[in-house]
Amino acid sequence: MKPVPFSHNIADTLQLASKALNTDGSKIIAGGQSIGPMLNLRLVRPTTLIGVTRLEELQKIHIIGDTLSIGAAVTHARIEDGIDGVDLPPMMRHVARSIAYRAVRNKGTLGGSLAHADPAADWVTTMTALDAQLVIRDARGKSRREPMASFMRGAYRTGLQQDECITAVEMPVAMGQALWGYDKICRKVGEFADAIGAIVIHPDLKYARVVVGATEDAPLLLPDMAREIARTATAPSLGDIDSTLATYLPGASRVKRQLLKTALSRAIAKVIPS
Amino acid sequence: MKTGIGAKVPRKEDARHLNGTAQFVGDIKMSHLWEAAYVRSPLAHAKIKSITKPEGFEDRVFSMADMVGLGPIAAQSTLPTYNQSNHWPLAKDKVRFVGECIVMCVAPTRAEAEDLAEAVIVDLEPLPVHVTVDTALAPNAEKLHDEWENNLFLTTQFDTDLTEIRKTAAVVVEREYSTARQCMAPMEGKGALAYWDGKADQLVIYTSTQVPHLIRTGLAECMGLDQGEVRVIAPDVGGGFGYKCVLQPEELTVGWAAKHLGRPIRWTEDRREHLTAGANTREHKYKMTAYADDTGRLLGVDADIWVDVGAYSVWPFTACLEAAQAGGNLPGPYDLGAYACRTYSVATNKPGFTPYRGVARPGVCFAMELTIDAIARAVGRDPLDVRRLNLVPGSKMPYTNITGKFYDTGDYPEAARQAAEMIDAKSFAKRKAEAASTGRHLGIGFSSFTEQSAHGTKVFASWGLALVPGYEQAMVKLAPTGSVEVKSGNQTTGQGLETTIAQVASDWLSLDISSIKVTMGDTGMTPYSTGAYASRGMVMAGGAVSKASEELARRIRVLGAHLLQCKAEETELKDGAVFRGAASVSLKQIAQAWYLRPDLLPDNIETTGMEVTEGYKPTIDTGVFTYATHAAVVEVDIETGKVDILDYVIFEDCGTRVNPLILDGQSYGGAAQGIGTALFEEVIYDSAGQPLTSTLADYILPGPAELPSFRLGHSESPSPYSRHGIKGVGEGAAIAPSGALVNAINDALTPFGAEINSIPATPHRILQAIFDARDAREMLEAAE
Repeated sequence: MKPVPFSHNIADTLQLASKALNTDGSKIIAGGQSIGPMLNLRLVRPTTLIGVTRLEELQKIHIIGDTLSIGAAVTHARIEDGIDGVDLPPMMRHVARSIAYRAVRNKGTLGGSLAHADPAADWVTTMTALDAQLVIRDARGKSRREPMASFMRGAYRTGLQQDECITAVEMPVAMGQALWGYDKICRKVGEFADAIGAIVIHPDLKYARVVVGATEDAPLLLPDMAREIARTATAPSLGDIDSTLATYLPGASRVKRQLLKTALSRAIAKVIPS
Repeated sequence: MKTGIGAKVPRKEDARHLNGTAQFVGDIKMSHLWEAAYVRSPLAHAKIKSITKPEGFEDRVFSMADMVGLGPIAAQSTLPTYNQSNHWPLAKDKVRFVGECIVMCVAPTRAEAEDLAEAVIVDLEPLPVHVTVDTALAPNAEKLHDEWENNLFLTTQFDTDLTEIRKTAAVVVEREYSTARQCMAPMEGKGALAYWDGKADQLVIYTSTQVPHLIRTGLAECMGLDQGEVRVIAPDVGGGFGYKCVLQPEELTVGWAAKHLGRPIRWTEDRREHLTAGANTREHKYKMTAYADDTGRLLGVDADIWVDVGAYSVWPFTACLEAAQAGGNLPGPYDLGAYACRTYSVATNKPGFTPYRGVARPGVCFAMELTIDAIARAVGRDPLDVRRLNLVPGSKMPYTNITGKFYDTGDYPEAARQAAEMIDAKSFAKRKAEAASTGRHLGIGFSSFTEQSAHGTKVFASWGLALVPGYEQAMVKLAPTGSVEVKSGNQTTGQGLETTIAQVASDWLSLDISSIKVTMGDTGMTPYSTGAYASRGMVMAGGAVSKASEELARRIRVLGAHLLQCKAEETELKDGAVFRGAASVSLKQIAQAWYLRPDLLPDNIETTGMEVTEGYKPTIDTGVFTYATHAAVVEVDIETGKVDILDYVIFEDCGTRVNPLILDGQSYGGAAQGIGTALFEEVIYDSAGQPLTSTLADYILPGPAELPSFRLGHSESPSPYSRHGIKGVGEGAAIAPSGALVNAINDALTPFGAEINSIPATPHRILQAIFDARDAREMLEAAE
């Protein structure tokens, strides 16, 4: 379990990192908690790894106007601890606390996790629920924004081009006041999820989103259910959730559907107690 | 002595482990050391058509054809119908499981060796694959070993007549059970480092093993060397559990390469190698019929047991030890009048079966304990009462059970009673009802077992082993500085033996264990021992050290008497000195007189010396029996299938407790592994025999958050047949958890009509059982 030979390039500036990224076989390492094992298993075989976690501009957590911006290289632990002088949405701090183990959280980063796009990981579902926008920069230094809800194309597939890298994650500051519920079912503490349910409702913003994660695909949005919950302020029945999931996920086994249904109903119950 | 037998002293091993100064195979530094990597089979069953080495690297890449002089691992058995397998250290014509070694590559670093391995081209022609015992036993099944008639290593049969019982029994319970294939997952995987020592004219091999002296014999045999040309050193070993109890193909190829390349070569097992090529244990299948009267009193048991033993037999314990133990131990701690059992050791396309902590008993205990609860449900009685009704009572001790096992001491129903009291079984019904009123589902379960330990010659011989453990030797020496050295060919792999055998010497020699240096695991420095397995270390090595220490103490008193100018019988050895009344000479003074100033001693002094090697075997060699009852209370989340262990108690009796701290640690660790077996661990194969659980993200081990705070209780029924009344206890706690936990789960699932009979009891299996029961109920209702 040793990687193929590669060079490790720790970028001094974002510009140099982007430039290096524009060559075949180069890849970003931003914490290494997923790419590390994949390197050792030789599932990824880069010629160059570009380290970006030391770049200050990727480390910032700050508020610009009514937008909260979190640098892509901010670790899960920093979000968990919330000690950067900027209030983070309580949902984010709650989710961060349950990612893997503290040792992983000390190294793993928000941007790294989103770019890796593991369907069973926490951030892809959470950021979809919170309507996050990803700030993405290319080799020429041009930035674009893409909503998380469309960024992930499928398991381990995203809208990133070879020369692009995530620099920050943005969301409305007001998301800090949203009502939210998050429930994760996994075999043991720190393990990847078998099912995730998430709900975020912000009456003033007229925002309601229901997301099912760990489906073996990109997080599943259930807009009709979200609208209905916001309109009626009642939780859908287990039977309704089950038939909705059966419609959206016809390939899911009965056990998988049971777990997704339970995670989602438990997440909703945190917003609308039964 | 305050560090003697029974003392709660911290372990001598701990300082180096906590400070990171221990030396495992992977820590050894040596100049010119190269590392090895293997090309392993990507297919479960295939013919090898050709092997192409990367050009220019032929001298670093070896196939079996290159390793002239190296023979196969071929465990023999004395049982007549046994089929022998030849496991070539590198596959010769065929591969028979995913992960089997085909080619060895060496390079200055492991990464470079893996680069080389990747460049080797092996052309394979796939053959039909057996992933289950059912397909392997089907008529005209593809054979793993062409020269065999079928895919059976061995069948055994035990038979008492059940005809009458079948006719008259009030209650008949039929069940099928299964246990998953597992990995043992020691923290340190296997590893071996070998070099040729020119002066000693000897192959020196450091290897992560429980059985250095056995490995020496096996290596010499397979490499065509004399024993004198091989020295095996087990350095620090990070967990054994049986995994490091057998001769490994990698030990042979590392040895061959070191000898022929003239440089040190090391291989270190990585986690993927462990989870695939090392997936080698626990997989059983049962078909059981139990007969009882209407009070739940067991009348007879009839069983078929299939053990999926994989492609090759391990050396020396054979592919058949597991099934032999299963058939012999199924009756467990119960007073059973009639028993019939057939066992089948079936060859499949998986790694060769290696006995794991508890050896077969975690499987048979699970099967028997679930059957006891099923009988209790059938007769409408409390499972605890039915259990106590059938356990061998203290009044019947010693007791020879139906398969001839000689239970030496103890009171089995009393252990069950104590466990029930500890877990407050009396008030459980109330707790359960209260929980149910808020939609929570609790269950309680019990599991009782015996642990045969330190069994010797006749027992192993009856299992057909060509290599049988018998006696144990140890050397104890008074050093010139007045400290003591103990040398044992046994091996410590984390079980604390370095401390506990020092405690035995401490008792005899009245020295603190800090002044007793223990050396183990080096065949060049220690007397012969077959090693650490079968819960034999403390009984056997402890017994040998006791005997040698007793004799050394006698000799010390003789010398002390000379110096005190009295008779030896007038002296007493205590507090590190020989006393005659108030006058004393210290062990240091005695040692110095012997080694440095013999002129102080009389001419006719006994010259046997201050270095004693003694051999030992208990007065019976059928083993001494530890026993216990485990009890658990669980909550089953019926929406997710998750099991939360709310309480877990163990009441055990292992005779004399040499070090209660270490014993508790053994219980915690064993029970943790048992919980892995019960709820988490499972190697999953697809239909082509590909292991799908090749990382620790897929092969789930319980972590600290999944384990309960175990509560322990003890009684002590010393064995009259072993020195100091010691019984082995290393395996015990791993045996019972599946029975206790699954009985508790089934208790919680009773309202849903669901029952779990396969482990691990994963959320998936529990949900599926609930669905199946619901479907069956709905079908029935629809039919009505």
